[in-house]
Amino acid sequence: MNDAVLPALQIQGVSKSFGSVRAVRNVSFSVPRGEFFGLLGPNGAGKTTLINSVAGLCRLDEGSIKVMGYDVLTDYQSARRALGVVPQELVFDPFFTVRETLTFQSGYFGIKNNDDWIDEILAGLNLMEKANVNMRSLSGGMKRRVLVAQALVHRPPVIILDEPTAGVDVDLRKNLWLFIQKLNEEGHTVVLTTHYLEEAESLCSRIGMLKHGELVMIESTDHLLQRDKECWIRLRVKEPARTDLKPLESVLPNTECVDSNEYLIKLFSSAEIESTLRDVRELEYEIDSMETENEDLEDVFLSIMKASPEHSQ
Amino acid sequence: MSGFSTLFLKESLRFWKVGFQTIGAPVLTALLYLLIFSHALKNRISVYPDMEIDYLTFLVPGLAMMSLLQNAFANTSSSLAQSKMMGNIVFILLTPISHQALFAAYISAACVRGLLVALGVVIASMFFVNVPISNIFLILFFGICGGVILASLGLIAGIWAEKFDHIAAFQNFAILPMTFLSGVFYSVESLPPFWQMISHINPFFYLIDGFRAGFFGRPDAPIEVSICVVSMVSIFLSLGCFSLIRSGYKLRG
Repeated sequence: MNDAVLPALQIQGVSKSFGSVRAVRNVSFSVPRGEFFGLLGPNGAGKTTLINSVAGLCRLDEGSIKVMGYDVLTDYQSARRALGVVPQELVFDPFFTVRETLTFQSGYFGIKNNDDWIDEILAGLNLMEKANVNMRSLSGGMKRRVLVAQALVHRPPVIILDEPTAGVDVDLRKNLWLFIQKLNEEGHTVVLTTHYLEEAESLCSRIGMLKHGELVMIESTDHLLQRDKECWIRLRVKEPARTDLKPLESVLPNTECVDSNEYLIKLFSSAEIESTLRDVRELEYEIDSMETENEDLEDVFLSIMKASPEHSQ
Repeated sequence: MSGFSTLFLKESLRFWKVGFQTIGAPVLTALLYLLIFSHALKNRISVYPDMEIDYLTFLVPGLAMMSLLQNAFANTSSSLAQSKMMGNIVFILLTPISHQALFAAYISAACVRGLLVALGVVIASMFFVNVPISNIFLILFFGICGGVILASLGLIAGIWAEKFDHIAAFQNFAILPMTFLSGVFYSVESLPPFWQMISHINPFFYLIDGFRAGFFGRPDAPIEVSICVVSMVSIFLSLGCFSLIRSGYKLRG
């Protein structure tokens, strides 16, 4: 296969157990170059184990993983040069300053005179003021930014972020995503795991979901959000002037009275909104207010997790 | 910078930044040993009577080597164990640094610390006694081999340890007794035959004896035997340690 069309990440039949616990079960998928891919799953689903396998931090029981076409075992040096990983744990070396940490990290990849790029990363992550501060003195959010900077210091074409915004304030989160989106637009492939599903929904073009170490779904975010087109109307009507009107829930299908004069109506497509409102008016109810509620990624995630089979560990 | 030189520099800076604790304190400890043992034992222990070397002078190379060994071990074991326990070892494991470079960088930095401490002990002792130097090459050979052996043992301990207690146990129940029973404070020739034989099983004895021979030109064991034993132990432990790193034992899950 031509190098240019090789996927950024290719995971083939990967399994990994820790004692009797099967953390990852025969997972296969690939991530094309330039994609912003989301890997979701509840705690203990195997996301971090899979990421650690990609990064070479744990040894596979079965299967193979390639990063930009390089096997993570047989060609580990090339694979690691192509990969930047932001670990989930907030880890740091207490002996060094931020700049020293980044300079050493560059050196591990054989890069010297990397100051310009280090300055760019520091500026992009709002760390410039802390460049010469010891890592021990930084707040949790600042340490998280340094972890991101360390992963980017060798300009890897593939970036894996394992819950990078856990415990991070809103400002940093916004800032971080702007920076990562910019890198993605420049051609970097990004793989993200997060528990903030709204982040995955807005950033990722494709999403894979793991449950008990098994890949239960992989689909584009757009398709995922449209696979179930149900929506709801939350309708508030004015107090009827007449007492002989039939209750809405007894006339309209899939309608539930949630409060006095407030109804929740389930529709199977947004095209049904107009006709439903017409029906309400024809029943001589006067509409006071209306809200529509569409299914978001969280609903899809919960329904997929509920639907997929349970496995014993 | 290559991966090796970066990791070597980082490991060296790591101890240099806390030099008071990693270099100054061991030198001071060695000087206290020198002071106390020389005053307590100078009239009770006879060393090399044919060479007119007083006990204070005799102690200096042994104390320098003992400090070298302990600090080379401490450097690798504490660095690796701390990185593992704090989790920052991932910053090295995620990089393309080869197993050889990783091994060599840790060992070299530990040797540098050990040699600096030994040099500090010798220089500080020169304010009190006149320490002769008979063969600088022997001093360097046994100094470097001692550093490599103990740094390798430190790496093995660091890889194996799951908590700092494990490192302390390795240090207190293996390294310290072997060092103290190797002739740091006495000439093995002064021991009864049985204890002389026991001492000759201890590889640390050959390290101290060869190192001391570099100062006084008078070894207790034939110098060729010491060179041979020390070289073999260095190679054996280096290979063992390198194999552990390559296998990823307790480093990669």
